[in-house]
Amino acid sequence: MESKKAPSRALRAYGDRQNDGMIQLSFVLEIAPSARAKEAARQFAELHGVQEALVTTMESCAEGYTYFVVYGHSQHAIDAASIDVPEVRTEALSREEIEQRVKSRLGRKIVVVGACTGSDAHTVGIDAILNYKGYAGDKGLESYKAFESYNLGAQVENDQLAERAQALKADVILVSQIITQRNCHKENALALVELAKKQGWRDQVAMLLGGPRIDHKLALELGFDAGFGTGTKPSDVASFVVEWMCGNRESAGVAIAAAAGAGEPKAP
Amino acid sequence: MLTVPMDTEKVARCRKLAGAVADDVQTYIDSHTSVGVERTILRAFGADGVDDQGAPLVNLVVDRYAAAGLLGRGISFFLGRAILAGAADIQDAAERLAYGPELDKGESGPDAEAARQALVPFTKQALDRIDGARAERESNKTRTKPGASPLKYVIVATGNIYDDALQAKAAAYAGADVVAVIRTTAQSLLDYVPHGATTEGYGGTFATQENFKIIRRATDEAATEYGRYIHQTNYSSGLCMSEIAWMGAVERLDMLLNDAMYGILFRDINPCRNFVDQYVARRLIARAGIVINTGEDNYLTTADAVDKAHTVLASQFINESFAKRAGVKDEQMGLGHAYEIDPSIENSFLLELAQAQLIRQVFPVHPIKWMPPTKFKTGDIFQSHVHDAMFSLVGVATHQSIELLGMFSEAVHNPMLMDRYLSLKATKYVFNAAKSLGEEFAIRPDGLMAKRAVQVLDEALTLLEEVERESIWKAIERGAFADVKRTRTGGKGFKGVFERSKDYLNPVLTALETT
Repeated sequence: MESKKAPSRALRAYGDRQNDGMIQLSFVLEIAPSARAKEAARQFAELHGVQEALVTTMESCAEGYTYFVVYGHSQHAIDAASIDVPEVRTEALSREEIEQRVKSRLGRKIVVVGACTGSDAHTVGIDAILNYKGYAGDKGLESYKAFESYNLGAQVENDQLAERAQALKADVILVSQIITQRNCHKENALALVELAKKQGWRDQVAMLLGGPRIDHKLALELGFDAGFGTGTKPSDVASFVVEWMCGNRESAGVAIAAAAGAGEPKAP
Repeated sequence: MLTVPMDTEKVARCRKLAGAVADDVQTYIDSHTSVGVERTILRAFGADGVDDQGAPLVNLVVDRYAAAGLLGRGISFFLGRAILAGAADIQDAAERLAYGPELDKGESGPDAEAARQALVPFTKQALDRIDGARAERESNKTRTKPGASPLKYVIVATGNIYDDALQAKAAAYAGADVVAVIRTTAQSLLDYVPHGATTEGYGGTFATQENFKIIRRATDEAATEYGRYIHQTNYSSGLCMSEIAWMGAVERLDMLLNDAMYGILFRDINPCRNFVDQYVARRLIARAGIVINTGEDNYLTTADAVDKAHTVLASQFINESFAKRAGVKDEQMGLGHAYEIDPSIENSFLLELAQAQLIRQVFPVHPIKWMPPTKFKTGDIFQSHVHDAMFSLVGVATHQSIELLGMFSEAVHNPMLMDRYLSLKATKYVFNAAKSLGEEFAIRPDGLMAKRAVQVLDEALTLLEEVERESIWKAIERGAFADVKRTRTGGKGFKGVFERSKDYLNPVLTALETT
């Protein structure tokens, strides 16, 4: 992250000489290879701002589909000084950083208890975050030495969850709410926070809420410490927890807000 | 000719230890059944369909008898009695068991032998159906021959079975020999198999019997069009491991991902449930002539591929032993391993080559499965493409049987049409350019690769000695594999395991075991 603003200057893609704008594209069009297809690819590249487009490869990659590689001069320029980039104060921690921080700063495992509460029988989200296998190549919390995780599964009532979390001396409670009707996910989540307050242990644990209709803002409104929406990876949750437990609680929250805004939403 | 030093006595010792490990579990398997097993048997007899809520009939029957504490006698016992009580056929009998006002408590009336007798013609039909599918596959393979090995294996994962069929044909056109349809996230944790064709999935497509048919049709068409047999693959794992194995058997799948311990370690499936279901799945797989693909590659995505290479080999011996006890032939065992060493390590390529060659020699007739780099892939697709080429070079040089192709976009998204095309193109180049590499070079007997192979086998032997001494249950409990710890009664699906009664009836399994 640069601290100073770069001087105003129009940047073009750099190939071999300044401002030549050279870029390459590769793509597939649903058309069989032919002279017409080649011209279509050239014009397609031009529509993307590529001048003097040169189609360097045209191959049939499936019946009726052609794979193209195109070189050309991008006519676009960008002034890096003119763009507004939100300051991201924390980024997702690497596995090594997570293990290291917990070991050196906490000196014990972080106990995480997760459940789908209420009538929700869909454990897809909680399993993706906690199970070893994880989600989209990102291993779950079970795979870290830093965490001792308990997946209580589906249809866990709030009082059951509270009891288990107390018995296990949970540092973190993870609640997943996937299927919902008439906002029952909100009521359910709110009820758990109320219960925690009534029983007097709300401030002793971090409470995290996840699900396709959840975001960080909503979770905070419901009295949770963080909210995770669609596309959350186990390492996002792990990073937050580690920041929360042995770092800076402020920056933990900021990290989530940044992560929520970044990238395409993916399936749970 | 590439060869690494391999002490055949140590290999024999590993096999013996792994055999003892499997024998210990087999006594447990032989005295238990599960809801998954009993559902599988109902399907094998021909029970099918779902209720108005989408719940499969086989689940309704088995859950009802499980809840009543009667499943230990085998659902076949009650099915046979329903036939004797006048049910028109298997479907009618199963519906009576599911919906009949009175639950059959099995207290009086026909005994297990009488029920078995009543099921004789249906048992024959169940076996004939599996044998018929196998014969059809074998005849298709005679008509259109498979490509040369390593077979080029690719994955499609659109979520919509009709798009998967299109992508499967496109992959075959571009040179793929094997097409796997990846399953939707966490299907392995569902304790039922969804019904019918599906068009929505997360990160993959539901495995259903109808979906299997749709892909089989597409790959058969592709085989005819391109003059090369196209293999179809899916996943026999999780809580419906044995039901999916049966579906694969009758729908002519060629390969099934099926591992003795994967579900326990990576999906937190209860160990007892996993072993019981795995055995019946493999009995069906053995009969159907399907090739299993085991999942040892997964160990290396979490544990270090240099330090933990021996756990892969030890697990392969264990997988082999379990498969043998279920009647699976060596020629059906696609034991898995992977190219997952950190590419920044000096001579990482040589370490990979040594391990791949060792596995080839230890399992000489097994159709071993070579898995691509994933752990150290980044969004740099160009570098990733080179990484994959090195992987393929090891694959062809060490004569791997099945190679799951690496994708340059591995760290970015599920493979797209162009990604698969370019991967196939590059792999064809490497396989062709280095076709006889393995025959033309020899490995120095005192060199780095030879030493590595010796070390890995030694460490595998030590680990197997430990596992044998303490039993697999204890080994899993202390995290001997992939650093994951699981207890015997923990995990998902333990409630679905039942001790078999003295007169337990399962004529389909008996036939699979004895004929």
